Amino acid sequence: MNTPLDRAEPLIAPGHSACVGCGEVLGARLCLDAAGKDVIVTGATGCLEITTSRYPESSWRVPWIHSLFENTAAVAAGIEAALKALGRQDEAKVIAHGGDGATADIGLQALSGMLERGHDVLYICFDNEAYMNTGVQRSSLTPVGARTMTTPPGRQSWGEVIPKKNMPAIVAAHGVPYVAVASVGYPQDLQKKMKKALAVRGPKYLQVHVPCPLGWAFDTSLTIKLAQLAVQTALYPLYELENGTVTEVRKVGRRLPVEEYLKPQGRFRHLLRPGAEKELALIQALADANAQRFGYPPLSSVTVNK
Amino acid sequence: MVVLSQKSASLLHMEVLEGSRAVAEVVKRCRPHVISAYPITPQTHIVENLAQMVADGELASEFVNVESEHSAASVCLGAAATGARTYTATSSQGLALMSEVLYNIAGLRLPVVLTCANRTLSAPLSIWNDHQDSLMVRDAGVIQLFAEDCQEAADMHIQAYKLAEDHRVLLPVMVAMDGFILTHTFEPVTIPTQEEVDAFLPPYQPLHYLTPKAPLSMGTWCEPDKFLEVKYMMHQAMEVALTLIPQIAEDFRRHFGRYSGGLIEEYRMDDAQTAFVAMGSLVTTIKDTVDELREEGHRVGLVKIRAYRPFPTQAVARALEGVERVAVIEKAISIGGVGILAADIKSALYGRERPMVGTFIAGLGGRDVTKDSLRWIMERLEEGATLQEFVDLNLSLIGDDEG
Repeated sequence: MNTPLDRAEPLIAPGHSACVGCGEVLGARLCLDAAGKDVIVTGATGCLEITTSRYPESSWRVPWIHSLFENTAAVAAGIEAALKALGRQDEAKVIAHGGDGATADIGLQALSGMLERGHDVLYICFDNEAYMNTGVQRSSLTPVGARTMTTPPGRQSWGEVIPKKNMPAIVAAHGVPYVAVASVGYPQDLQKKMKKALAVRGPKYLQVHVPCPLGWAFDTSLTIKLAQLAVQTALYPLYELENGTVTEVRKVGRRLPVEEYLKPQGRFRHLLRPGAEKELALIQALADANAQRFGYPPLSSVTVNK
Repeated sequence: MVVLSQKSASLLHMEVLEGSRAVAEVVKRCRPHVISAYPITPQTHIVENLAQMVADGELASEFVNVESEHSAASVCLGAAATGARTYTATSSQGLALMSEVLYNIAGLRLPVVLTCANRTLSAPLSIWNDHQDSLMVRDAGVIQLFAEDCQEAADMHIQAYKLAEDHRVLLPVMVAMDGFILTHTFEPVTIPTQEEVDAFLPPYQPLHYLTPKAPLSMGTWCEPDKFLEVKYMMHQAMEVALTLIPQIAEDFRRHFGRYSGGLIEEYRMDDAQTAFVAMGSLVTTIKDTVDELREEGHRVGLVKIRAYRPFPTQAVARALEGVERVAVIEKAISIGGVGILAADIKSALYGRERPMVGTFIAGLGGRDVTKDSLRWIMERLEEGATLQEFVDLNLSLIGDDEG
């Protein structure tokens, strides 16, 4: 794939301690490189924060601050208010980042406040679908069927039973002008959305699907492939919401059955054993609903080899 | 009575104002860039006044109406890290919700100034005054100054910015003023002019701040081989604050003609055998009671604690030297422990000729501490009070008046 990854000096420096194959650090690097250096970034507690900021080292080549787990959007609001009050608003764009737990669970209230007040802040949710930094516990963005340490399959369980919280819709309901869903599987699409978001005044939200080899239990060479399969199966459609309306959907050439995405991942292994047909059908039904909503082609009956 | 020997210019500005309004008037003159707050009784009048000043164009602050105290403190954190002077105010449950952020603000060495309109903590739900809220964040690294009256509360805010923003300190400062008793009481207060405040308080010069012109990372994590040193440096900054608080108060006196600060205040302690120790508005009642008791021939005095963190150990020890009995009046309680303030007082006296120190839990949840309460305390102390006494406890309420 031809992506601008060979930039001489990425704004997140190498030497961080993220796992091999980490989708999140890759996603952050793509986002930041698209944004450029005139930014002030604030990040929530989580893998991205921990792996990039062990004192006395830092991977951040832009001004960056970490405060707590749940207050990132409020800290970003404070940065933006200060820039305005000090007459420095042209100096930097304000970007906040959090994982799925920081965004959809513990930080949802602060995020809602920031969005509602209309701060000129881009909030990026790096969605790896569980609390990875604490050792893989479920969040409200963990998908149905997934095994986490707190949704373990057992004699009476098939893993997570609650569907993903619809964060883009929740954000859009605040009247936010620009909401987009992106994926590290499609770096150019991701960077295009970053640039588009930053050109919008006011609050904007970008949710980036970032596979986690450790938490999802897959081969570290498959990060990009899995990110793409999530899109191709319609389990993670990529789209834009402008003023609440879907304006753009990432096209897929062929729509694949969900097994293609589930198979390489240890977190779904229990669903591919005999007896899990009902659960598997439920996940396919979720994908079908997405496919219908976002205008995917009909399901391809042919299993495609990797 | 107005003492005419004080700077006559300041008398021109004396007005009868509600405590909250007085605080808002001085905060306005400190020119905070960013104000963020969430409403809670009895803090509301302070921020309502500030909101009106912004609405009227008298105050050029970004006023951020947030969805919780956690976010109010977080907005101040982000703004202070970007180089802005910030202000927030809260109370009780709000301070509890803010407490996580306050620890973080202190650790990040950001000079946020806040007011705590002191109110107790639920349950039972009560909107009335005691010091349980402030004392809950005793160990956060927040400088805590307790005001006796509205003038002192107002003056402390001006000094708070100077203290917080000193590059040798760089810690948040909380001015604690008793909810309702001070926030909602009208008193004659001298509000300094903008020019006077500008002459005393220069614009904030941050040591470090977030800007793409000089990128830096703030709030990085550290391993066990470095953590202690960060806490040690915060403690050192508190020690510096211990010397700066009286200096800033002197400087304030030169500018404004009033001494309205310092670590402690000694009242009629010269030959005192018995001393009251207390913080906040209760001190005024104690002063009146001390006057009466003195007239009756009791050698009694008062040590008012103005700076609670950093705790003025040396000053307290000096003030209580030679005293036989000390009554520490606590407007907070450590359930299952003995006296929060008394623990600091006893610690200050350790290794010296020690007086008997009695702990008196009083005024919780807004119950009035009257002159009679104070006389009872005095009597109990002379009888040899037990380790911890509950003042004005009504045992009949809990059906325990028989035993």
